[in-house]
Amino acid sequence: MTTTTSRSLAIAAKGLHKAYGDKTVLDGIDLAVPGGTVFSLLGPNGAGKTTVVKILSTLIGADAGELRVDGHDLAVDPQAVRAAIGVTGQFSAVDGLITGEENMLLVADLHHLSRREGRRTTAALLDRFDLVAAAKRPAATYSGGMRRRLDIAMTLVGDPRIIFLDEPTTGLDPRSRHTMWGIIRELVADGVTVFLTTQYLEEADELADRIAVLNDGRIAAEGSADELKRLIPGGHVRLRFADRSAYRSAAVALREVTADEESLTLRLPSDGSQRELRALLDWLDSADVEADQVTVHTPDLDDVFFALTSGADKPAEAVR
Amino acid sequence: MSSLSPAVRDSFTMLRRNLLHARRYPSLTLNVLLMPIVLLLLFVYVFGDVMSAGIGGGGADRAEYIAYLVPGILLMTIGGTPAGTAVSVTMDMTEGIIARFRTMAIHRGSVLIGHVVGSVLRAVISVVLVGAVAVAVGFRSTDATVLEWLAAFWLLVLVTTAFTWIAVGMGLASPNAEAASNNGLPLIILPFISSAFVPVDAMPSWFQPIAEYQPFTPAIETLRGLLLGSEIGNDGWITVSWCLGLGTLGYFWATSLFNRDPE
Repeated sequence: MTTTTSRSLAIAAKGLHKAYGDKTVLDGIDLAVPGGTVFSLLGPNGAGKTTVVKILSTLIGADAGELRVDGHDLAVDPQAVRAAIGVTGQFSAVDGLITGEENMLLVADLHHLSRREGRRTTAALLDRFDLVAAAKRPAATYSGGMRRRLDIAMTLVGDPRIIFLDEPTTGLDPRSRHTMWGIIRELVADGVTVFLTTQYLEEADELADRIAVLNDGRIAAEGSADELKRLIPGGHVRLRFADRSAYRSAAVALREVTADEESLTLRLPSDGSQRELRALLDWLDSADVEADQVTVHTPDLDDVFFALTSGADKPAEAVR
Repeated sequence: MSSLSPAVRDSFTMLRRNLLHARRYPSLTLNVLLMPIVLLLLFVYVFGDVMSAGIGGGGADRAEYIAYLVPGILLMTIGGTPAGTAVSVTMDMTEGIIARFRTMAIHRGSVLIGHVVGSVLRAVISVVLVGAVAVAVGFRSTDATVLEWLAAFWLLVLVTTAFTWIAVGMGLASPNAEAASNNGLPLIILPFISSAFVPVDAMPSWFQPIAEYQPFTPAIETLRGLLLGSEIGNDGWITVSWCLGLGTLGYFWATSLFNRDPE
């Protein structure tokens, strides 16, 4: 990849709006995805992730916004955008009535590959995605993971430079999920730009260079996983006590503490450093209070997610 | 292949997909054949003597009724194929691969053209098979010239193409297969209320306009004229006008529905 392409934006959106009737789904979204990176759109169900993918992949129109994919204006030249992208939607875009191999050859034909080239690409991708044994079976008989792999294999015919993956691992078992992650990493290693939506924080943390949290039609926060984690004070130490008297004396003495009488736990903000922990333990010793259990909790994307996406189901402890 | 324009090439690819479906799942094509063949046998061997009594001023024999009946049965075969197409288009639109086609740099119309051409080819095959059964039960068209045979063939293709575009529109407008099946019913019922089984002037006078002013009656009369040498009159032009009108309407209806944003 040349320096110019890596600097230029693969996907750029300014002021993206979309409403269905009087229900606003996307309310002014800005996105900037540099070429060759993985961008993850994270959000709870119904946040509008799929709508963003549908619009950027030319499937549906936007109501307003300046949108460019691979440098082409979506409103002006959608066909040029289509030539540059590959899309794997949430519901598998395979033809269930025909075999996996026929699905691949169909897509190869639509990319106007020669017969020989089509067969070669098909054979290579079926092999890469571990579908050779199932190649002659109708795609409708495939398991969820196999369909998803076939779906991605079909997306890769024609070497798209920008790939949209809409919740590619939803409904997959852990093994298939890790296989999918491996596939995505390989794509990125080849210089492909990946636009990934997911509701799994771990997945975004694992794969994405940059993450945007979409909530209620707006971008609630954007940055690398580390930047997002720094946004909110999620680190703390949790003390659990075996009996009520120890709990009480600790609760009275410690300042800045969040107390939960029912479970006899106290929570103190902490960066989890050795010095802070030692100070805390020293204090407990000198006060002759013994905690039954001490756990250190560092902020993760869950904390970011729950803090940013109000209205989503959140565990009580994340409410601040 | 590389010399073909992308639109033609993509349409060929979509046609291959359509025929692959038809070959892999032949039941839809075979279902279409069942009704005209059963009706043909029923009207020849069960109702034949009664029906023929009403043809040609009474006293016609069974062979004459077969000659009268077969062109109508052939157009009934033609009507049944688009009715099936409406259902398969609706079902196809629920397949995820349609979303993939929409995000690929292909000729948009090729998805629909594949359905239409595939449907016309299946209809032609059905007509040939039903025609073979007709010949087996005694239908003869020995007086027709080669030119008349060719004209009959293209008439059937034209009628099928027109009805298929309407059917594709019906399929795209239907939310599910059941609705598509209901919407396609007129294509199956119209031949019954045409001149397929009895001449229009043998019908009650209040019903005659219904039989007269619909596309199947002139098409059947034109086919009779070509195959049997009866008077065609204005029916030829009326048929062509019906087909061009319905075909154009169906084409624009179907393409505008397909170009809407999907759900």
